[in-house]
Amino acid sequence: MSIIARNITKTFGAYTALNDVSLDVPAGKLVALLGPSGSGKTTLLRIIAGLEFADAQSGRIDFHGTDVTDFPAGKRGVGFVFQHYALFRHMTVAQNIAFGLTVQPRRLRQTKEAIAARVQELLKLIQLPELGNRYPSQLSGGQRQRVALARALAVQPKVLLLDEPFGALDAQVRKDLRRWLRHFQREIGVTTIFVTHDQEEALELADEVVVMNNAKIEQVGTPQEVYDRPASPFVIEFLGNVNRFAGLGHRLPGAGQDVLYVRPHDVDILREYHGKHAIRVQVQHVFSAGNYGRIALVRADTGDTIDAELSRVRLAELNLVAGDEAFVVFRHIRLFPAGAFSERDVATDDTSPAVVDAGRDI
Amino acid sequence: MSSAVSSLQRAAEAGHRPLATRDAAWVRYTLTAIALGFLALFLLLPLVAVFGEAFRRGVGAYFAALSDPDGMHALKLTLLTAAIAVPANLVFGIAAAWCIAKFNFPGKSLLITLIDLPFAVSPVISGLIFVLLFGAQGWLGHYLDAENPALPWLQAWIIEQDFKIIFAVPGIVLATVFVTFPFIARELIPLMQTQGNDEEYAAITLGASGWQTFWRVTLPNIKWGLFYGVILCNARAMGEFGAVSVVSGHIRGVTNTLPLHVEILYNEYQFVGAFAAASILALLALVTLVLKTLVEWAHARRHA
Repeated sequence: MSIIARNITKTFGAYTALNDVSLDVPAGKLVALLGPSGSGKTTLLRIIAGLEFADAQSGRIDFHGTDVTDFPAGKRGVGFVFQHYALFRHMTVAQNIAFGLTVQPRRLRQTKEAIAARVQELLKLIQLPELGNRYPSQLSGGQRQRVALARALAVQPKVLLLDEPFGALDAQVRKDLRRWLRHFQREIGVTTIFVTHDQEEALELADEVVVMNNAKIEQVGTPQEVYDRPASPFVIEFLGNVNRFAGLGHRLPGAGQDVLYVRPHDVDILREYHGKHAIRVQVQHVFSAGNYGRIALVRADTGDTIDAELSRVRLAELNLVAGDEAFVVFRHIRLFPAGAFSERDVATDDTSPAVVDAGRDI
Repeated sequence: MSSAVSSLQRAAEAGHRPLATRDAAWVRYTLTAIALGFLALFLLLPLVAVFGEAFRRGVGAYFAALSDPDGMHALKLTLLTAAIAVPANLVFGIAAAWCIAKFNFPGKSLLITLIDLPFAVSPVISGLIFVLLFGAQGWLGHYLDAENPALPWLQAWIIEQDFKIIFAVPGIVLATVFVTFPFIARELIPLMQTQGNDEEYAAITLGASGWQTFWRVTLPNIKWGLFYGVILCNARAMGEFGAVSVVSGHIRGVTNTLPLHVEILYNEYQFVGAFAAASILALLALVTLVLKTLVEWAHARRHA
């Protein structure tokens, strides 16, 4: 079931939550709406679900070619998982999961036995077959999350929508559940959209990432596309740590006031001055706990801080301590012209970034 | 070492170790004594006095006073008033709380203020408002009683039915509904606001209709708060004096409720009768309090 949203605008009083947003979600895909809070991602999800409606005269929502713009939530056939799960607190887990089946009109409703069987099947699917008689308050966060998912799936929705599905869980549970959801979605093949503000989650889980900012979509692409070829300064800054320089102009002809971005893992540190692109730095801190070493450096010429990430092997080779002098070279630089920074602008053609390979002569 | 530790633990359990959160013994006992003394003086003593006065001439006199036909009528009228006012406010209260807690609309804060109005206004004034509205010389009564009524058919029907509002049962019920309106709404609004709308939204996305959502999701979630509100509303409906006093006209055996009956008997120096009737009201209050405690206990147990 494909989802098409066209020219959606939504305002709450003077506040614009969505500004003429369009989005295509191909059938069977797992899509992440990624953005900071206030970017409009949850509003877009709720409009797709039919829990909110776009401003009058604006936009249109199609599910698999059917215009559902004016359908209320109950008629759209969506499964919605709320951020805090919204389980019915006075019902058992089994009653929660069965709810969607028991409120169907009498002529469509399955028999009690059929509903009970379906609930058991779903409880097995979410790996909680023994917990049907518990109340939501007796479950852990991860279990509640899975019950909410089972409840949404019981009515066999054509589209599954999840609002910050892992937001309220601790790190380990979050990781397990993420992997489980990924596997699960592949298996049942339901078109799924989830909202998140966690870039790592979006990049790891989604087939396609929709980066949103300021009521607009900044970029749509596979995780690799948005990470490797970010369309705007916002995208590169939002997707992971990055060093930002307004300098370096003297080294890059024609760069002028442009802004340069270098990911910490694209920074290499050398003990000796090596070629004309190397920059003199002083080591400020070395953090060696974790999967890789992180080094905070200060540029000798401008005083800018540079964050670098090196493998622990490389870090051991260099044997850096705070106060040492060293040199850095950038393996990969992304450049955005100054014009790309106007507040609400999405990158247009003339601001498309240049990729600069520091190893090559410029 | 281990014996030293265990003796310390025992000392702590027995309360011998000075704790940061524990005051000196004399402070604790003084405060407790003040609180208990206050309760005894202002709550327990009056209650004892009511029953003491009621039984002063013996059990026989007590039951004789109770079986007085005017007294029985007053009790019936009080129960009837509560039986109409409480269900009416149950419906109004849920509707008002639902509107206020689940929706945003212009004039919402005005509505909240209006709900609080019966608490803010003296009950006597509330009663006077109804006399002003429905009395023979009142705004609405005037239309019905005038030489050239605005709605002649309504006037004819009302005269034919001998339907009166002021100095009659409908006025008592209206005044009681007005005075007790805030209890249920006020109880439900904060509860529904903290619960939010997510469960209702979830029910709707699962295909439930508005009624199904209300009966199966909203109502079960507020049932304890609702029950509590009903109990408080009922207590006030049975005990209301001021507003009812103004609209009732004190017609013995016709428009006297229990609180009014108590006052009349007392003014006539029939102390046993007055206190016997008062003891019935006090018993109703005690039953209400027991119910309220049971509700709170059951509620706490469910959420333990």
